[in-house]
Amino acid sequence: MYDVDAVRRDFPILGRQVNDRALVYLDNGASAQKPQSVIDAVTRAYGEEYSNVHRGLHTLSSIATENYEAVRGKIAAFLGATENQIVMNSGTTEGINTVAYSWAMPRMEAGDEIVLSIMEHHANIVPWYFLRERQGVELKWVETAADGSLDPQAVIDAIGPKTKLVAVTHLSNVTGTVVDVKAITAAAHERGVPVLVDGSQAAVHMPVDVTDIDCDFYAITGHKLYGPSASGAIFIKSERMAEMRPFMGGGDMIREVHRDSVTWNDPPMKFEAGTPGIVQQIGLGAALDYITALGMENVAAHEASLRDYANERLHGLNWLTVQGNAPGKAAIFSFTLDGAAHAHDISTILDKRGVAVRAGHHCAQPLMQHLGVTATARASFGLYNTKAEVDVLIDALELCHELLA
Amino acid sequence: MASAAFEDIVDTFDFLDDWEDRYRHVIELGRAMPPLDGVFRVPATKVDGCASQVWLLPKIAGNTFDFQGESDAMIVRGLIAILHALYSGLTLEQVLAVDAGSEFARLGLTDHLSAQRSNGLRAMIERIRNLAAEASA
Repeated sequence: MYDVDAVRRDFPILGRQVNDRALVYLDNGASAQKPQSVIDAVTRAYGEEYSNVHRGLHTLSSIATENYEAVRGKIAAFLGATENQIVMNSGTTEGINTVAYSWAMPRMEAGDEIVLSIMEHHANIVPWYFLRERQGVELKWVETAADGSLDPQAVIDAIGPKTKLVAVTHLSNVTGTVVDVKAITAAAHERGVPVLVDGSQAAVHMPVDVTDIDCDFYAITGHKLYGPSASGAIFIKSERMAEMRPFMGGGDMIREVHRDSVTWNDPPMKFEAGTPGIVQQIGLGAALDYITALGMENVAAHEASLRDYANERLHGLNWLTVQGNAPGKAAIFSFTLDGAAHAHDISTILDKRGVAVRAGHHCAQPLMQHLGVTATARASFGLYNTKAEVDVLIDALELCHELLA
Repeated sequence: MASAAFEDIVDTFDFLDDWEDRYRHVIELGRAMPPLDGVFRVPATKVDGCASQVWLLPKIAGNTFDFQGESDAMIVRGLIAILHALYSGLTLEQVLAVDAGSEFARLGLTDHLSAQRSNGLRAMIERIRNLAAEASA
């Protein structure tokens, strides 16, 4: 039995007030709050076990290295991969940029195509846009259906003889749409095309098994996974990793450096230049322990019940439009109010009631253009949210309607 | 120092105890403000540094300052209406002498505005002061 009250007690920040109201934190899509175990792990890492990693032979260095490297195994287990397929980094943005520079850049020519969906986050657009600018790579956009769903067949149909990569999100940060990345990957592989999956949102809300999906790259973000900011990783299939050349040079990623030559460390270290986010990753390890102990299936079931309840209550407001209602979507709701109210107005008034939501374009401007809106307010739920908080949101939205309609 | 129109707003705000009523009044002031014609919503009149879109069109006659403003957010529109009450009809020298921060503090509004919005307010005040300074140069 999932005990949400007990879960909430693990997150100290949820006990605070905002504007004299109990905090209702519904901006999990942007970043999630941290359980005490993560905060403790970070404190311990700095307070008792800190040193640089992979360097010294002294005791602290070997403790820090052990703690840090243990996280690679936790991430691998969390994603259904093996340790040597995990490149640790600052999050999905860095992961996708690594693929763009290390894998795509050396092998793509003018006229080669990358297939993307219209609902990609800027982190899964702009690195490819650089390739478009730099070497004439073409971006092929696949649009979503009216309900916000992405037909896998539409993605598959967009794959042509010049397609070198499919780059799609597993779960939209705007509409909550879940994408059938397994079907897309199977069809893309039949055509010899690798697949990159942006798992920044999906890994937070559902069990993910990259071996089952069979994708080539899967990027995750630690701070959305209840871990520290600037933590994260990307899964890279071993064959793809062997094809990559390092793009960021520095310490840690080398074996030997001479005046005239450099030899690389073995992958995945080859793609981790410089002193990494040691403590951030250790905190991420604690976050994955926390989620794993709760059970991702249980988290997903809890969030599904929140989604159904929020869906029902939001659809009861006939002056509010929710963008996207794809079957099986996650508990992420982007909405606009009918009339002149701006998302920033909504966010300001909700904040006065203690409700934190995101207002704006959610780093997904092509999707906003496709939906025909400039900005939306977004309530995104996490593993500690409750149905009572849905009620607070609805009451606060009714006040928005009264003030702004 | 402030105009009669602004003092009226201060008087009204003195009656309003809770934030909901203050916001309601800010939004009403915004609604009552005439819209800025679309042809004037251009890069030259756009104010950067606001979370929403804001345009300020100067209307300076001789030494007398006036402007018209617009925003796509209703609360910001109300803030523009308050700025209009604060600044319109002043001489260029008076515009530069206004301490807008302390005038807004009299409304008890500054702490009700989020950091980003406050920044927007500061950006709007900065633009108004620059317009007055340029016109008097």
